[in-house]
Amino acid sequence: MLAPVTHVLPLTTVRRERLLPVPGRVVVRLEQKVNPVEVIAEAVRGQEHVLYDVARTFGVSPEAADKMMRVKNGETVSRNQVIAQSAGLVPRLFRASRDGRVVAVGGGQVLLEVGGETIELYAGLPGTVTRLIPDRGAEITFSGALIQGVWGNGRVDTGLMLPLLSQPDEVLAANRIDVSLRGSVLLGGYCGEAAVLQAAAELPVRGLILASMSPALIPLASQVRYPIVVVDGFGRQAMNTVAFKLLATNVKREVTLCAEPYDRHSGSRPEILIPLPATQEPPPPREIEAFAPDQKVRLCRAPHLGEAATLVSLLPGLTTMPSGIRVPAAEVKLENGEQIVVPLANLEILG
Amino acid sequence: MPASLIDADSLLAVDIGTVTTRAVLFDVVEGHYRFIAIGRAPSTAAAPFRDVSEGVRQAIGNLQAVTGRTLLTADHKLIMPVQNGLGVDTFAASLSAGPPIKTVVVGLLSDVSLESVKRLARSTYARVVETLGMNDQRKPEEQIDSILRLRPDLILIAGGTDGGATRSVQKLLEVVGLACYLLPAEARPVILYAGNRDLSAEVKSTLEPLSSALYLSPNLRPTLETEDLQPAQRILAEHYTQTRRRQMGGLDELNAWAGGMLVPTAYAQARMIRFLSQDSPNGILGVDIGASAISVAAGFGGELTMGVYPQLGLGEALPHLLRYTSLDDILRWIPLDLPAEAVQQYLYQKALYPASVPALPEDLAIEQGLARQTLHLAVQAAARDFPASVKRPALGLMPAFDLILGGGGVLTQAPSRGQSLLMLLDAIQPIGCVTVFLDQNGLLPALGAAASRNPLLPVQVIETGAFLRLTTVLTPVVAARLGTPVLDIRMVDQSGNETRVNVKQGALEMLPLAPGQSARLFVRPLHHADIGFGPGRAPAEGIPVSGAVLGVVIDARGRPLRFPADHVRRREIIKKWLWTLGG
Repeated sequence: MLAPVTHVLPLTTVRRERLLPVPGRVVVRLEQKVNPVEVIAEAVRGQEHVLYDVARTFGVSPEAADKMMRVKNGETVSRNQVIAQSAGLVPRLFRASRDGRVVAVGGGQVLLEVGGETIELYAGLPGTVTRLIPDRGAEITFSGALIQGVWGNGRVDTGLMLPLLSQPDEVLAANRIDVSLRGSVLLGGYCGEAAVLQAAAELPVRGLILASMSPALIPLASQVRYPIVVVDGFGRQAMNTVAFKLLATNVKREVTLCAEPYDRHSGSRPEILIPLPATQEPPPPREIEAFAPDQKVRLCRAPHLGEAATLVSLLPGLTTMPSGIRVPAAEVKLENGEQIVVPLANLEILG
Repeated sequence: MPASLIDADSLLAVDIGTVTTRAVLFDVVEGHYRFIAIGRAPSTAAAPFRDVSEGVRQAIGNLQAVTGRTLLTADHKLIMPVQNGLGVDTFAASLSAGPPIKTVVVGLLSDVSLESVKRLARSTYARVVETLGMNDQRKPEEQIDSILRLRPDLILIAGGTDGGATRSVQKLLEVVGLACYLLPAEARPVILYAGNRDLSAEVKSTLEPLSSALYLSPNLRPTLETEDLQPAQRILAEHYTQTRRRQMGGLDELNAWAGGMLVPTAYAQARMIRFLSQDSPNGILGVDIGASAISVAAGFGGELTMGVYPQLGLGEALPHLLRYTSLDDILRWIPLDLPAEAVQQYLYQKALYPASVPALPEDLAIEQGLARQTLHLAVQAAARDFPASVKRPALGLMPAFDLILGGGGVLTQAPSRGQSLLMLLDAIQPIGCVTVFLDQNGLLPALGAAASRNPLLPVQVIETGAFLRLTTVLTPVVAARLGTPVLDIRMVDQSGNETRVNVKQGALEMLPLAPGQSARLFVRPLHHADIGFGPGRAPAEGIPVSGAVLGVVIDARGRPLRFPADHVRRREIIKKWLWTLGG
């Protein structure tokens, strides 16, 4: 049976295409080393539009108004610049009310794009530019450790990872966050208090890795300016031991939190990236797996929610669960040695 | 020769859901089409595959394993038509997987064309992200900026009666046209125009070059008094599959196998409900609780009302559910003492893993509580669109349907059929005398998809018992105090055995009547109780009922269903209802 996979890999190669939403200018070159917050492409996009109805203002037909236009599509106009001029001894003038760029002329109307904003596309991960995509962006290749999470707040940053937990099931309290942690990426357990997120924002920190988080904190966590990656889920859960061990062995290293929201359809996920030296390019993550004995798995529903385990065997037919439902199931061995039977649908491969 | 043998074709139908892909085989057995077997596999429409093919192949592969019949070649191509006993003759497919389609609706008056176009949007897996109307106070450029910001997949335009005024519609068309013009070519939406037909040519010439595809449909509101959604619904169904073909791989091949007849699952289900309702005096209700959406279809003499509610699906949409309901309204259905935080955490965790299942009784209780509340909301919303001619005994109550058909994993995977039934009764709260069926194998979309290829097949498959008859439920509507006798019932089975029961207001009773048996219910309604024949009335010759898994159920719990304010008492009463229906 096909299995969902969450990557927790000590050494792998990740390739990501980073693209502007509209055509623009690519500002990096091939083989260039980039950091996650480095701009690799930029574009200018109008923030809003102004529609001038010349025909109505002049009281003429659209066709007549079109003949009075003094601007062309694509032309940049300044405030008070004449857009249209009527005929006659005393011509009437129609002036632009704002600076902008003409994006459409016709039907007696002029549409102006105003308030252009510059969009900057960040690399999003530390690595090397391995392919340029003209006018749109680039492919960045990263080598190192990869830990995928289940929730992210859309921010990106890099910093030294400092641990605020010694066991995977610890609760992160606000009083653990002090000034010595400023500018670092914090590794914490369960977060159930808004005070923790606020204290981290006040320092500020460069990022927060959490085992789990109360869903009540999602609105606040979405607003803070530093990246947050939740590794395992919502409600009080310990961090899965596979991710915990990998993170614990990399404390005091530079880590990048690319806290993209989880989107099952596109495949984008929040990720923790730890650049590591490699003599050869490590293998990329295996995206497609089928369940098989000896795999490391995570339990994504109660009981033992969030715990890592080893898949022992796939059970034939259907198995009745304590809830009474009958489903395909597997026997798994928990970290404490206990063997339990769980629905196959409640497992995902860690690897 | 039986009619079925004229076109004795085997048919393989595939339905691709967010979580599961099903492959269903139908074939002729003893002169009639029958459901043969089903194969299931996890769907592969989402990442990392983003291609439905693998899920389809695995589902068909599992079907091959069950039936021993070879359907695919070694390189996974469908063998069609049958060659040397291998393969199938015809293929049909339906699809519900994928994110809701971001939709902008455009109309003139809020209670006329805008209302109709919103109803049209509700007939597919759409999420309305913007509404433009004549009474919109925003400037045209603000409307343009909104469309540019939202980047919709689909724009539905209605407005104006045929032969009526055109200028107001043209103004809105200008806004849509300018917005589409400014969008990058690859981001331009599909446009469906179903307004004043006098503007169709103009719409085609102006909007077709600015859209990824333009569809023209007959006017949704040809006159102020009439509404005709069906032609536009048909076109929308076609558009849906085209949009999905751009979003996920494998659908082109599937659509080719299906002879270009790949349809949205909800559309296929609704097609069957409409068909079944043609011979039903009171109407038929079909509900499906899925991960991607809850869909509701109600047919009244061939007239269909359908609603698809992606915001109420039991998958990724769950974290947003509290925009539409409260934790208390979910908790009221749960017979265990659980904190509100447990439900909230469940919403988020389940959204992360839509395919996961409840292994513990606490999780099951939450899941079934959510199913009740979301289905209740969906049915209530759909009921607002039922034809005005459909009678209801009181405001807010359902009409008296003849038949209810329920489907979806939470219903079919429930540990007992009593749990499946109670979820349906609690959420829908039917009245009168209704037969309740369970689509335990998820055949309805397959039959609906198959109907376009072989109209005889669904009829014969249904006649051969494709759906599980859960019960016939009798629900009185009566203004009586709790504990007051409201129905005096005598059930006489085909052997002449009698069962008598005096039903009190507030009670839920079950009268065993095994599948295959039949009986008559002689009912004496008390206190002007209405069981669908008018207050205090019941047919003197009795009501014929057929045996079912749960016999005959008398649901006198009251309409609308009310719970005791005391939580302990409420939990006890829910447990009692479950116990009555077998736990």
